[in-house]
Amino acid sequence: MTAVLPISAEPAALPQEDIQPGRWRRMPPKAKVGAVLLGLFVLTAIIGPLVTPYDPSYQNPSPDLSLHAPYGAHLLGTTQSGQDVLSQLLVGIRLTLELAFLVGVVATALSVIVGVTAAFLGGVWDELLSLVSNVFLVIPALPLLIVLLGYLQTKGQTATIVVLSVLGWPWGARVMRAQTLAIRNRDFIAAARETGEKTWRILAYEIVPNEVSLIAASFVNTVLYAIGASVALAFIGVTNLNSWSLGTMLYWAQSQQALQLGAWWWFVPPGLAVALIGAGLVLLNTGIDELGNPRLRDATSASRIAGRWLRPADPTPVLAEVSQRRGRLAGFLHSFSRSSLLDETQRGQH
Amino acid sequence: MPFILRRVGFYLVAAWVALTVNFFIPRAMPGNAVQSIMGKFPNLQPSAYHALEAMLGVGHPGSIWNQYGSYLVDVFHLNFGTDVSQYPASVSTLLGETIPWTLTLVGTATVIAFLVGTALGIVAGWRHGGALDRVLPGLMFLQAIPYFFFALILVELFAAKLHVFPLGQGYAQGLIPGWHWDFISSAVYHSLLPALTIVLTSIAGWMLQMRNVMITTIGEDYVIAAQAKGLPSRRVIFTYAARNALLPQLQGFGLALGFVVSGALVMEIVFSYPGIGLLLLNAVTSNDYPLMQAIFLVITFAVLLANVVVDLIIVFADPRARAREATR
Repeated sequence: MTAVLPISAEPAALPQEDIQPGRWRRMPPKAKVGAVLLGLFVLTAIIGPLVTPYDPSYQNPSPDLSLHAPYGAHLLGTTQSGQDVLSQLLVGIRLTLELAFLVGVVATALSVIVGVTAAFLGGVWDELLSLVSNVFLVIPALPLLIVLLGYLQTKGQTATIVVLSVLGWPWGARVMRAQTLAIRNRDFIAAARETGEKTWRILAYEIVPNEVSLIAASFVNTVLYAIGASVALAFIGVTNLNSWSLGTMLYWAQSQQALQLGAWWWFVPPGLAVALIGAGLVLLNTGIDELGNPRLRDATSASRIAGRWLRPADPTPVLAEVSQRRGRLAGFLHSFSRSSLLDETQRGQH
Repeated sequence: MPFILRRVGFYLVAAWVALTVNFFIPRAMPGNAVQSIMGKFPNLQPSAYHALEAMLGVGHPGSIWNQYGSYLVDVFHLNFGTDVSQYPASVSTLLGETIPWTLTLVGTATVIAFLVGTALGIVAGWRHGGALDRVLPGLMFLQAIPYFFFALILVELFAAKLHVFPLGQGYAQGLIPGWHWDFISSAVYHSLLPALTIVLTSIAGWMLQMRNVMITTIGEDYVIAAQAKGLPSRRVIFTYAARNALLPQLQGFGLALGFVVSGALVMEIVFSYPGIGLLLLNAVTSNDYPLMQAIFLVITFAVLLANVVVDLIIVFADPRARAREATR
């Protein structure tokens, strides 16, 4: 006699709200806060430059308007040369997010291409590409960025995007490679191969769609890196200082001693904007992590999943390292990686 | 071949890549570095053109491979050429003066942040859902603030307004650096606020990572078995759970070092601290290309060396690895 539990029932038999509670309601609260925060800034970036009260570069010659505290006509006050801080902020958010978004797209695309090809081709190619990404992970990025941008005569937005993208892919590539290795040996890939699918089709239509959530997480991380790096580079003064981004705002505020002159309204808003965008991205990413690993969720707050209150679940999926056969050259290359140690010790036990 | 030797092999490859990238950057970039330096310093004689070319290795005679060879030899002998902006000081001398400052301050602050963050992470992981979990969002926000922004506000608050700490610099003006009490106490006093900013901004990352690994480790069967046997909590936490959670934490430490160093560069700029980061800023603002490149190499090598140390610690801390090394 078999008792039919509601859990094992056909999904269609469950009440409608139980199976379709909406993605939004299933999201961990941290991710929701992060998404709302980011949404507000993206909205500002889209609308902001259209509604700026002044030209951000316009210098009001009136001496009264030099470093004026916030008031009706200038909601965030003015800079030393009488420029409107609010207008600069609105334009700056657009420019900074635009740069971070483009770097995120290019670097994530690179990391997907490198990571997926490495794992799929396997053998020497895999070890070679892994070696390259490990090398670029271990070389500190900021000094290299400074040297590269220092040599460029034109330090425009495009140059910064290119340089940041070129150095931003290795971490994502590592993650994508690990995931592809785990997927590669699944049955549906084998089936696709058996039916004679071309390799590029398997990659584009079978493997990559299964990694969308990971690609999203990698994208969020890269955007975070791009914002941090571009603001730091602007603060050091190796980007185009004539354009208005959050970083260049901070650069001018600092170099004209905004804080020492007590002009907090000039210095605090751009820094706070960067901090809030960053916090939104971090929250979103932790939320994504918690979605994948229920144990990391706040233990005190049981979450409502599919209409039921659930405490953080016990079993954690353990990602087993997929064992591979390596050729001689590939094995030699692999033996230089940190993970080779664990492989060997595990093999030694059996 | 023992694990650690193979890792050193990997770091040698990484060092070679850094050297090669460094060699090709000035040659691959559009524009002429020599001309831009000549433009920047109008009082340079036209005859200096060839000297600059030789220094930057741009107009070098011989094929590119010959140049590459002599470049590698020069770097191996720590000969980074003559400085442009602080002529005639050699780049190596400038580096020698600034590296100890950075190494002491950044090294100490990073190790403190790592230790405190890991300890807090152990507690937060063990008391999952406790008081420490509640401060996590605040710490994450602290991590998201641009470092220099946070540091500048602390300087304004504690140094300019409250006068608790000095405004910047490495030591009080008028002191002669040396091994005497006045200088050392002044240097320590000047390093407190910079160290505090590094610790505060980087602690959240270590704590979060350790907490997450701890939570996963605590769920393992052997930890539950240890608890079921009635072992004291302290023993379960430290000898069973934390010890194993520490390995991923250490690996993360190695990978994060590059970011730590990058943060430290900006720190020195904020505090006018006489280290390698401030030197890099000066090199950038005065288009001092030889100095810029040498600093990049030095920082890279330092990070690689620190990674070797981390690998050694991993081998030492992981009994499986130790057993393996011993049987070879």
